[in-house]
This record gives sequence, structure tokens and C-alpha cells, in this order.
Amino acid sequence: MTVLVAVMLAMLSAGGFAPLGVLGALWSGSFGSWYSITSATLVRSIPLMLTGGAVAVAFRAGVFNIGAEGQLLAGAAAATAVALALPHGGMATTVLALLAGAAAGSAWAGVAALLRARFGVLEVISTIMLNFVALHVVSFLVRGPLQEPTHTYPQTASIVDAVHLPRFPGAGRLHAGIALALLVLAFGGWGLRQTASGFRLLVAGESRAAAASAGMIDVERTIWGAFLCSGALAGLAGAVEVLGVTFALYENISPGYGYTAIAVALLAGLDPWRVLLSAVLFGALEAGAGAMQRDAGVPAALVSVIEALLILGVLGLRAVRWRDRGSAATREELREVAT
Amino acid sequence: MTAAHDTPPALALSHITKRYDRVVALDDAGIVVRPGTIHALVGENGAGKTTLMHIASGLVRPDAGQVCVAGREVRLLSPLDALAAGIGMVHQHFTLVPAMTVAENLALGGSGLLHARAMTEQVHDVARRTGFQLDPHARVESLPVSAQQRVEIAKALVRDANVLVLDEPTAVLAPSEIEDLLRWLRAYADRGRAVVLITHKLREALAVANDVTVLRRGRITFTGAAAHTSAERLTEAMLGVAETGMPVRTPTENFGARVVFDAQDISVADRAGTVRIRQATFQVRAGEIVGIAAVEGSGQQELLRALAGRYLLHGGVLKRPADIGFVPEDRGRDATMPDRSLAETVALRGAGRRRGLISWPALHARTAELMRAYDVRAQDPHTPVRALSGGNQQRLVLARELEATWDQPAPSALVIENPTRGLDVRATTAVHQRLRDACTRGAAVVVYSSDLDEVLSLATRVLVVFDGRVRDVPLERAVIGRAMLGLHR
Repeated sequence: MTVLVAVMLAMLSAGGFAPLGVLGALWSGSFGSWYSITSATLVRSIPLMLTGGAVAVAFRAGVFNIGAEGQLLAGAAAATAVALALPHGGMATTVLALLAGAAAGSAWAGVAALLRARFGVLEVISTIMLNFVALHVVSFLVRGPLQEPTHTYPQTASIVDAVHLPRFPGAGRLHAGIALALLVLAFGGWGLRQTASGFRLLVAGESRAAAASAGMIDVERTIWGAFLCSGALAGLAGAVEVLGVTFALYENISPGYGYTAIAVALLAGLDPWRVLLSAVLFGALEAGAGAMQRDAGVPAALVSVIEALLILGVLGLRAVRWRDRGSAATREELREVAT
Repeated sequence: MTAAHDTPPALALSHITKRYDRVVALDDAGIVVRPGTIHALVGENGAGKTTLMHIASGLVRPDAGQVCVAGREVRLLSPLDALAAGIGMVHQHFTLVPAMTVAENLALGGSGLLHARAMTEQVHDVARRTGFQLDPHARVESLPVSAQQRVEIAKALVRDANVLVLDEPTAVLAPSEIEDLLRWLRAYADRGRAVVLITHKLREALAVANDVTVLRRGRITFTGAAAHTSAERLTEAMLGVAETGMPVRTPTENFGARVVFDAQDISVADRAGTVRIRQATFQVRAGEIVGIAAVEGSGQQELLRALAGRYLLHGGVLKRPADIGFVPEDRGRDATMPDRSLAETVALRGAGRRRGLISWPALHARTAELMRAYDVRAQDPHTPVRALSGGNQQRLVLARELEATWDQPAPSALVIENPTRGLDVRATTAVHQRLRDACTRGAAVVVYSSDLDEVLSLATRVLVVFDGRVRDVPLERAVIGRAMLGLHR
């Protein structure tokens, strides 16, 4: 960890920046004030919680869903369409739009699930390709059927206020999506740990052979379930983003939340509860990135480097722990041999 | 014994001591292998046999003691040194690369450039010397176990080994294959070479070896000519007490004669879709232990999986209970999740049928009970399975499948493959007793073992599987042996 910090500081110095000033900007942009905590860090961590949860569920089941980004876009598009079609529905429209987002994300993931089940296409490839397809579909929608009435900008009309996710008074841009994300993660953590089907998901991901030998003939069904669940969470993230932050659909609606989600989930050890923490951490990094760029003039790319260093550090620590446990096993084995 | 005084021993280890932490694995142990002989090294699991031979093959360095090859002291710092000194080892778990061809595997460990033709020639050369049929271009993973073993032996002989060490070579072989191997070893030794045969099968040791050395808890408890000793004497040296090797069979008759498994004309296909069991009709009743005898690859694996409900039927009708304890042969791969805890591994049983919530506190408590009852040595139910030794993992799986878990009652039927593979004599006796207990309780037990002695010592009835056909066979060793090879009538 010290090495990583040293590398980071060395890079900053080499780039001609005062390390402390840069870190100060990172801090003030993320946790420095009530405004930056609520309106910057937490707002950015909401989609990361949901997509992070999506990736965690899928990876748990051994499904390498790299497509949270595409599923998020599908969810955002569906939610926008519903919200624009029913502007007078108030909160009922909001709920409907959220459900539509989850359903669309699920369906988008379902395409990859179907490809895998029917043709054996690896989901790593299909989901990543579907990300680009989703991006182009959104491109088409905001220039075609869903484009705003004046047909000037490549985006949809704004969603009416009544359909927005409510904000918390005194908490800036922080919206009710965070409650939804917390609820989803809590439910996910509980479900994975405490229910029989959550356990099946884990077994399917851990060892297909053990699952089959345990009389779990429905491995395929379990995997389908993981795919659809994961897609639904990512789709929900997209819906929450349009209903709580952007209020319209456009091409760059996500700064790569679906990709950062993979880091969020891995850092959390695929545990929904810890996804909460790592999502806030990455939310803070993203928020601080803006501040670093504005106040200290550091390129935002450097923040990506810091993110990557963070992941490396955590993975390194985990590897060390594993090695220790491994040698403990060897010692036990030798003890057995010797007795 | 006469010539032995003139020629130096092919391999001599003396005063070998090896400690792991504070545990003494070998204590002043030694072995003298004469050229032209087969030397059986016997002992319980964990007695130190393999460690001693790992020292001879350069894998483990002793804390004290010396190794002499052909009368000269050598220092073995790596397996390459041992190979250079003429000692080749065939490990219990083969050290072949499954995805590579026979020729490529034999070329492993060489240096410089590879020439396809030279590699092929090398295989043909070894094949000529050994009389083995080796296809240089066959991928190792596509070969049956017995052929893989021949490749492993060939690998040791490519470097012209004078002393061949085999670790439990017969454990994976069918009876006819065992005979072939032992005959081949005999011929190899007769040409002036030497063989060390690590085994825990006394019968085998006495039948084929010239000399026998017995290890018990790291010490030598017997060494001498096989012709001048007896199974009783060796058992005593192995176990420290006069204990008869084979438990007495106690057939439990007519347990209400309730039919538990009822197979009518069943056919079973393997994963690749090839039909491996054809139109088998038989019944298994409560209180029976039905032994399945078969040579490797006769279809018994598929039969057992169909009985356990893990494979779907290809045809026919099978009546079976829903709650079946199933212990697959490869417990590490098929019955556990290495990175998960012991409690989660116990929760695997019934995972497919379970609904609703899992009560982890109850499961942990029950797991702790099972660990005590089956002597699973681990810190607590939270320990990852990976941290357990092989024997402990095996006991954990047996406990889970034989006993009631937290939400599953003790099963009314058991289907078990090689129930005691890798266990020592004491643990084996304990497992056999538990199987008999289950059957006294009224469970129906179907057990396959690649060790015919084990089948005979357990079974109240034997079914022989040969080439996909299942036959009821009287409980006579010779008759069963012939049926396994398809030689009946």
C-alpha cells in the first residue's frame, strides 16, 4: 500500500503538480463539504451501487457480465420513454418508469443469456459487444423517435418535474434513488446469504461439478436467474439516473458506470454489503476527479490511474492473505502425514 | 540373498530424519533396495512412505541421513539430480500435462530445441524397450487411466532410470491391469534393475515383492524377505497390534424386503451422449449393501449417477427415493467448494431441493457435531475447505452424505464410489462400520470400489457391470473376477 501511495505521489510530482494541492482538491471535491458529499459523491455512487450489485450477483454465479453499461443504457432508454409517454401520471409514472428500466436491462442481459444457452457464446464477449449496440441504439433514439421537439440537439425532451425522483430537503442534488439502491443492496445481501436460491447461485458460480453432484440439476436455470437479475439491477441504475439526475436521455448519460461497476464489485469481494462502501469510494473518486481537474489542473485520466492502483492494491492484499492460508493448509497436510 | 553381498545396493537410504515444524515425519528411517528385486514399501496412510521416496527422488531434502545410489553417496537437490542418478518416480497423482501429447510429455524436462521427429522417435524407442503400446500423438487427457500410467512410467524410463519408484500404482487400476503391471515390473526387475513399490495392499506386497520394508509413524518396524514373512506379521508391523486385515461380513437379511431402487430396463448415457448402460434390470432392497464390481470404464460410473439421480435416464423406468446420499469418486472436484467454508459444503446436500431460508446458526452447530463424529480436523465450521488435508475433506463429505444434516434427514439410500480411497486402515474400518450401520438402520447402500477386496468385504450382494451390461453374480471371488472381464460361461 505504501508503495502504491509512493507511486501515486511520484507520478504527480513528475507531472509537475504539487502532490498535496492535488490531494487537497481530490478531498474537497469528494468529502470536503456537505455539498460535495451529498451532491457529488453520493449522487455518483448511486448508479455505482446498483451496477456494482449487478456485477456482484452475476460474478457470484460465475456469469461474467461485462455488460452492465449496455444494460444501464437500455434501462435509461426504457425509463425515459415511459416517463415521456405518461407525463401526467406523477409518482405512478415514476414507479412504472423504474420497472420499465429494470425490465429493459433484464431483457438486454437476456439476449446474452440466450446466446450462451443456445449457441454457447461466451457472455464476456456478447455482453461487451451488446454495450456498443446499446450505445448506438441510444444514439439512434435521441436522433430519431425520441428526439426533443425542436430536433436540434441529440437528446430527448426533458422529463416533467412531477415524474422526477424526489430529492431530500437540504441535501442538494441527492435524490430518493439512494434509498432504492440501499434497499436493493440490503435485499441482495440478505437473499444471497440467507435464502436457498441465493445459496444455489453461489454454488453454481463456485463449482459446476459440485452443483451437479449435489443434485442441483437446475444449474442452467440458476444461471439464467443470475443473468436476468443482474441485468435488472443495471437497468434500474439507468432508470434512476434519468429520473434523478439527467431528466433526459442523451448519448453520454453514463461516464462508464457499467465498467467502473466491475471494479466496485471486485473491490467489494462480490459482497453486496461491501459494494455499498466501495461504490461510495469510487463515487468519491469520480467526484474528486472533477475537482482535481478544475482546481489543480490535473487530467481526470490520472484519477483513473489512481482507481486502478487502488484495485491492484486490494487484489495484492488478497493474494497475500490467500498465500498465507494456502501455506497453513500445507502445514496441516504435513502434520497429518506425520501423525 | 546370495549375490546381494557382492553387488552394492541399487539404492540405499540410511538414518533418514525429516521434520516438519516440530512434527517428525521420518525418524532414523532407511531402506536398502537390491538390484534385480522388487522392494515393497508398506505402511498406513501417513506412515511416511511417500516422504521417504520423495527424498530418494529429490523432491524433499532430509534433515539428516544419507542417500547412496549403486554404492556411491549422492546429494539430491532436485528431481533432475535424482533422474541423473538413475532414480525415476511414478507419482500417485500423475504429473502429466493433460492437454499435451504423449511425445510432448516425454520431452518435458529436456533442454534445447524440440524436434518433432526426435520426440516421436523417443516415444518409439521407449515403447520398444518397455513393450508398452504408446501412441506419440495421442493427447494424454484422451487416454484411459491405465495408459496414462504407462506414459508416466515411460517418462521415468526415458532418462534410463535404474531404480523405478511407484507410489500406489495399483490404486487406479482394474484387476486385470494390475496383473499386467505387476508382471511388467517383475520382468523389469529381472533385467537387473530395481523397483520400489509403495503400497498399502499387503496381499500385493507379498505376492510380487522380493523384500518388504514396513514403516509405522516414520520408523522402520520391519524389513526382510517377503518369502520369510506372513500377512499377520506385516499387519502387526503396520498397525502395532495384531489386527486382522479384513473385517467380517455381516449380511443383513430381509429388512422388511422393501424395494428401495427398482430399475426396469434402464439405459444410461454419459455426458457425451454415448449409451454406457444398456437395459439393466435389478432391485435393491432396504438393508442391503449391493457391491458394484467392474473394471474401469465399464459403465459403472454412469450407473451410479443414474441411481443417485445425477444423470437422467436414456431409457427404461427407475424408481428411487428422493433423498439419496451420494459420494462421488472425486470428492475434491465434485463434492466440495474449495474456497467456501465447511458449513457451506455441508449445506450442499439437498441444495437443489431446498426452499425458503437457510438457518446458518443451526447449520454451523450441526457441522460442528459432524466434525466431531467423523474426526474432521479443522478449526471450526467457518474454515475454508481448501485448508483441510485430503483425508479430512473426505471424512467431511462422508459425514454430510451419510448422516442427517441440518435440514436433511439421514438418507434412506446411499450411492458411494470408492468409499475409502486414500484413507488409512483405521479410517477404512470406521467408514465400513458406518456403511454397515446405515444398512442396519434400514438404508439401501450401493457401493462401487475399484478394490475388489473392498467390494467383497462390504457387499451382501454383488452386481457386476461389464460393457454396459449389469449382472447379478454369486458372492465368489473367482466368479466375480471372471464376470468383470466378461469371461462368464
